[in-house]
Amino acid sequence: MSSGEHLLSLSSDSPSPRSPHLDFSNLSSSLEYSSVVFEDNPQANLLVKARELSGDAHLDLSGEHSASPSKSQDLHSTRFRSWDFPMALPPPERKKGLVSWGSDSNLQHSCEYSPMSTSSPPRGSSRTNSVVDQVEIPRVFRKSMQFDDGPSREGNYRSIHINDPAMTNDKYRFRGNEIRTSKYTLINFLPKNLFIQFHRVAYLYFLGIAALNQLPPLAVFGRTASLFPLLFVLLVTAIKDGYEDWRRHRSDLYENNRKGLVLQSGKFLNKKWKDIRAGEVVKVCVDDSIPCDMVLLQTSDPSGIAYIQTMNLDGESNLKTRYARNETISMDFEEGEISGVIRCEQPNRNIYEFMANMELDGQRCSLSQSNIILRGCQLKNTEYAIGVAVYAGQETKAMMNSAASPSKRSRLETYMNRETIWLSIFLIIMCGVVAVGMALWLRRHESQLDRLPYYKKSYSVTGMRPAKLYKYYGIPMETLFSFLSCVIVFQIMIPISLYITMELVRLGQSFFMVNDKHMYYKPTDTWFQCRSLNINEDLGQIRYVFSDKTGTLTENKMEFKRASVYGKNYGTFLAASSTSQDKDIAGPSTASSSGKKRWKLKSDITVDSELMDMLHKDIEQDDRIAAHKFFLALAACNTVIPVHASSTCIESVNDDVIAIDYQGESPDEIALVTAASAYGYTLFERTSGHIVIDVNGEKLRLDVLGMHEFDSVRKRMSVVIKLPNGEVKVLVKAEGLRTLVVAAKDLAGGELDTWQRMYEAASTSLTDRSSKLRQTASFCECSLNLLGATGIEDKLQEGVPETIESLREAGVKVWVLTGDKQDTAISIGLSCKLLTSNMQRIVVNGNSENECLKLLSDAMVKYDVKSTNGRIENLQLSENAETDNHEIPDETKLNDLPYSKVRNDEGSQSTTKAPLALIIDGNSLVYILEKDLESELFDLATACRVVLCCRVAPLQKAGIVDLIKCRTEDLTLAIGDGANDVSMIQMADVGVGICGQEGRQAVMASDFAMGQFRFLKRLLLVHGHWNYQRLAYLVLYNFYRNAVFVLMLFWFMLFTAFSTTNAITDWSSVFYSLIYTSVPTIIVGILDKDLSHKTLFQVPKLYAAGHRNESYNLQLFWITMIDTLWQSLVLFFVPYFTFKVSTIDLYSIGSLWTIAVVILVNLHLAMDIKRWVLLTHCSIWGSILVTYICLVILDSIPVFPNFGTIYHLATWPAYWLCILLIIVLALLPRFIFKAVGQTFRPSDIQIAREAEILRKRRGYVWSKPTEGSADVRN
Amino acid sequence: MNSDGPSSTSGVGGSADLATPRRNSKRPKYSKFTQQELPACKPILTPGWVISSFLLVGIVFIPIGLASLLASRNVVELVDRYETACIPDGFKKDKVKFIQSDSNKTCNRNLRVKKDMKPPIYVYYQLDNFYQNHRRYVKSRSDQQLKSKNKENETDDCKPEATINGKAILPCGLIAWSLFNDTYSFSRSSQKLQVNKKDISWKSDRDHKFGKDVFPKNFQNRTVKGGATLNASIPLNKQEDLIVWMRTAALPTFRKLYGKIEVELKKGDVIQVTLENNYNTYSFNGKKKLVLSTTKWIGGKNDFIGIAYLTVGGLCFLLALSFGIIYFVKPRRLGDPTYLSWNRNPGGGSNN
Repeated sequence: MSSGEHLLSLSSDSPSPRSPHLDFSNLSSSLEYSSVVFEDNPQANLLVKARELSGDAHLDLSGEHSASPSKSQDLHSTRFRSWDFPMALPPPERKKGLVSWGSDSNLQHSCEYSPMSTSSPPRGSSRTNSVVDQVEIPRVFRKSMQFDDGPSREGNYRSIHINDPAMTNDKYRFRGNEIRTSKYTLINFLPKNLFIQFHRVAYLYFLGIAALNQLPPLAVFGRTASLFPLLFVLLVTAIKDGYEDWRRHRSDLYENNRKGLVLQSGKFLNKKWKDIRAGEVVKVCVDDSIPCDMVLLQTSDPSGIAYIQTMNLDGESNLKTRYARNETISMDFEEGEISGVIRCEQPNRNIYEFMANMELDGQRCSLSQSNIILRGCQLKNTEYAIGVAVYAGQETKAMMNSAASPSKRSRLETYMNRETIWLSIFLIIMCGVVAVGMALWLRRHESQLDRLPYYKKSYSVTGMRPAKLYKYYGIPMETLFSFLSCVIVFQIMIPISLYITMELVRLGQSFFMVNDKHMYYKPTDTWFQCRSLNINEDLGQIRYVFSDKTGTLTENKMEFKRASVYGKNYGTFLAASSTSQDKDIAGPSTASSSGKKRWKLKSDITVDSELMDMLHKDIEQDDRIAAHKFFLALAACNTVIPVHASSTCIESVNDDVIAIDYQGESPDEIALVTAASAYGYTLFERTSGHIVIDVNGEKLRLDVLGMHEFDSVRKRMSVVIKLPNGEVKVLVKAEGLRTLVVAAKDLAGGELDTWQRMYEAASTSLTDRSSKLRQTASFCECSLNLLGATGIEDKLQEGVPETIESLREAGVKVWVLTGDKQDTAISIGLSCKLLTSNMQRIVVNGNSENECLKLLSDAMVKYDVKSTNGRIENLQLSENAETDNHEIPDETKLNDLPYSKVRNDEGSQSTTKAPLALIIDGNSLVYILEKDLESELFDLATACRVVLCCRVAPLQKAGIVDLIKCRTEDLTLAIGDGANDVSMIQMADVGVGICGQEGRQAVMASDFAMGQFRFLKRLLLVHGHWNYQRLAYLVLYNFYRNAVFVLMLFWFMLFTAFSTTNAITDWSSVFYSLIYTSVPTIIVGILDKDLSHKTLFQVPKLYAAGHRNESYNLQLFWITMIDTLWQSLVLFFVPYFTFKVSTIDLYSIGSLWTIAVVILVNLHLAMDIKRWVLLTHCSIWGSILVTYICLVILDSIPVFPNFGTIYHLATWPAYWLCILLIIVLALLPRFIFKAVGQTFRPSDIQIAREAEILRKRRGYVWSKPTEGSADVRN
Repeated sequence: MNSDGPSSTSGVGGSADLATPRRNSKRPKYSKFTQQELPACKPILTPGWVISSFLLVGIVFIPIGLASLLASRNVVELVDRYETACIPDGFKKDKVKFIQSDSNKTCNRNLRVKKDMKPPIYVYYQLDNFYQNHRRYVKSRSDQQLKSKNKENETDDCKPEATINGKAILPCGLIAWSLFNDTYSFSRSSQKLQVNKKDISWKSDRDHKFGKDVFPKNFQNRTVKGGATLNASIPLNKQEDLIVWMRTAALPTFRKLYGKIEVELKKGDVIQVTLENNYNTYSFNGKKKLVLSTTKWIGGKNDFIGIAYLTVGGLCFLLALSFGIIYFVKPRRLGDPTYLSWNRNPGGGSNN
């Protein structure tokens, strides 16, 4: 694929890629479609893939081949009507039903949206896709809608009196501008911090245990020792919190004490930020941060433009334009009296909307998002800006937005909690055994209790007083107390410390992920980000990847490639010709034609010479005029800001060349403006009131009367301009910005007046402004003259096909969810090798519930997919008895489907054998997700190798993710780059954001963020694998480590008359999981790795180990527990039999057990370590050494009953022999099990590991076991 | 046990990438550590390693086992259970009454030496079914009181034997209160055998745990005595019986050192033991035994370690043999990709 790799977006790409030209029905249907498609991204990403075939299919609006002689301007309406819609509809209905871009049908849309409209006209027979628009996905999404704070109700507004803070704050007490991000003060730190900390269950458990231990009959541990773990954890956390808060205090202090210029008694004087009040007039100079949310009144720019950088707020680095109202830009603040009232909505979190109006001298004007500058932004390219503070301090949008995204819990942790329940059951059983034993023992010795020298339930009798009981409360109570004491002694059976360990380990793992040089994207200087620390290990078990397309699979870097102007297609040959040639053509032609000045642009556009020539023809021809209008519209109808580079190096050399940098929110718009500039229509200046366009050196000033910005409902934007000659024109860009048709019309007379009235009313309205504006837009965006269409290319990102291929080989299903239309989706699927030509495509394009059901069931019957709920079987008799288990998403089967077989018995069986691809559109999804056809969709979709969802809304994306999440145990990952992916990212088990061109909202919502799609392969196959293996082992090991200790204590209790004596000293018990054995687990959890990244990268199938839950499952848990049981028995009984009848004392045997268990668990870990680095050695052997040192220290304190023990023990040979015997005997079964397992049932990982190590050691050549996994590039 | 010697992974990774020019940016710093490519040793469980580890264990364990067993077998031990025998016939039915009475509790026992016993011969008493490790018991002591003179009122932990008539008992607590008080004296052919009762306790305990200026006070002043009385004029660090007793035993059957006989006993010698059967184990059916034993490096007479070592060693030899046979009969080439799950059963599912 040479040119085919380019993704050309042409609005009306042929549905059949092979057909070189469009016929009218195709054209109209695609246009019809495109005007109403639910665009998933306000910034538009309807990208049409050129197709793999060649660049020969092209847009042909008027059609050289068309029989239509008409070159009339209103070709669209007549044609569309005649081809697509029944003429029989009554006039009003017809009008409603007419679906063409710019028609009134959008009024209908807006009506449906607007709460004011109650009557919805009948749909007629037209395929009204607006259903998609108003879809309400039935499922309740567990996602936090970030911008759900709706606009305030009428009447519930705040009044700001300009430059009159006293009056402003008189009636309502607005917040001052002081901010406080810190949580604590010096006084409330302790109680508040403790309160917050005890929200964690683990701490409550600690607290409960510690509290139990304080009860006199239960004081098993020394009181201090029992409090130690809790205090330790609390202290560490408190220090961490305190430090963080101290830093916040410091930054708050800094922020609050910054100086800003505030109008005070007629002069702008410095004032501390924290003293700024709502209503005050504030002046901000260039590059300054903005101290509060304020309405712009005036800027250094005479037209009232201010450029701001919103990096701190939303992470977008491009400059945004804000406008001061014309009414205020000429005010003289330092001299004259200014008064006015701003009524604005109550403070809310929505940084993308602002509704207010301003009353100046009885005149009312509207204020919107474009008139407000927000705290946290920076003023750029503008000398100064003056505004009035409307929201201050905590009420600023920036402060109200500082909320964290919801945390997720990993699958492994969920499983772990299940096993924790088992451990709790063990704990209860053990405690129960001890308690029952205690009860029986007490009952048997009830009469002796007072005589037993070791029990003595009462005080000795002196005199005649009756014996007073000492800590004896009767058998039932003693049983209960015995149970509770047991809980205290066995408390570490519930591995609370594991949660802390896991956090540390994940932190370490994240460090390595972030620092992985293979996941660093140099062009944008983006490195990997771990935004969530809870789900590292989920990356190793992902089964489904849901990918956005634009900006995720593609670069989202737009380049203008083609245009169709007045029915003629330009730019086709460019695709075929080499680039160097293009430049030759482009270079001189621009230079020669542009006359006096040349604009230096950042990107080079290849210019179609034919089109260029036509533009410079002097003849007044229709096509010449259309082309002129076309480029004028491209240059004018947008929100792009031209920034004149002030760097003088170019200017000094050549005054003729002025560098212009276009800044805009959408890459598409920039591409179009750049293109227009290349053709000589350079957008030179933009203010709120006018646009200056340099047309071949001649400056053309256009007054902007109104602008209807792009929104995802209308899917178009329009601008009403007044030409110098007084003509008023509406310029419209419709259906997204990329696949796009450009149209214009004159606006005059009554229509103009009506529009102006509507526009004025709508734009000053405080309520429902958007719907009113939409109505206004629909009013003027109709009966337009078609000028042409544009094609913009968006290239596939590097390595996308390879990544998808590897992921698929790894058993991960990649689903693409895109807002694009079907053809585009299919073409992109083909070019990124998601779809292959040998696949059977199932296309589901239903318009009703029944149709969808039929399509689904037909497909299921045809391809023999088993249904889980049997509805399909009831509907249609299954013809084929052969039950192929298609419903299981089995990666191996899908991957290894023998294609040869398909070819062999083609014709007969190919339908059931070929891999399936499901292509479904958003419209059908509405019915399916809404109408309970989910299970059918699920059955079919999981049987398919590829699923492409096109024309899906953001919420539908989340709906599809949820469909899989609800119906399978499999883990899902969603990857996307735009705001439209946020819901999907939050819904999926793992959300990955791409730091791309479309802002950072996806990144903000994501758990992991990275620069390119291809890093996903490394993230999953390498880091995911490692993280999963490590953490899975860590969890099992921690269970074992704690359980073996507890079990050992348990056996001993059976030999202490069921009293809860702990042979191990209090401090050793506490230190066991805190000091003696904690470090190696963490080190191993962070550093151990089974396979090198190269092997994992080369053999994606190894990833399936995570799918099979190979490293952590219930079976492994039970094996581990049996092993634990054996080891604990060895631990207890070897010393028991050795010192059965001897002089050994309690603390000596306790000391022996302590050291034995520590060495044992450390060696157990050592046995499983796959990769020994220096740090591992240090931690393992160091831990044993540290344990000895601790024992020596503890045994050197005379006041402890265990004083001197270790010194004596060390002189006994039996002690050392005992330890050696324990270690060998305890580990023997495990070792045998391992050896046998590795010999007879080697896991894939084991084989790969052997191959990897042996190959390295003796130059062993390991023939790669798989064929198509060659991509090592990164 | 199965390490391969360091095999560095360096140089395999992206050494080529390291050469790429660096930019002054937030770009991660590359090091072998951050790229997880530190030189490492990666052990794999090859058949060779498996067999040699089994062999190694066998080679180490069998000699140890033999030596231990030999040592244990060479220990000579005389055990005499006397708690029933030392009750006069009239009291056999109510032993507790006897032990609590003031009647004469002297009892004579004869022990025949079966093998030559080289000095030092340790004299132990062995109690059965006495839970010195009971939680109530273990905790009933005050180490502070035992150690320093001015802490004699630190008796909180000692209940229910903490005070008498409001005055602190020293040594307090159940452990001290139940101090063993049977006494033994030995003679051979009417010739008294000296029992050395010095240095029977741990030196560390005498020096640091029991104060040399701490004297017993108000001890065993009740009508019903729990055990032995202490001479109030001897400081605690000299009361070695107490010190030994206060090292509470780990298991309900235990021995405590009573003294040492420092003359050799010949095979066939008959030792006459005169013992004062004072200690009340009858109320909980505890057994009492008198033990004379020599020691070897392994300690007292206990074959467990020897047998266990021999068993494990033998087992490991056996395992080494069987693994050897297995590897010989059914070898698997290490790293052989044909064993990979997707190659073993092509076309079929590897799981599910």
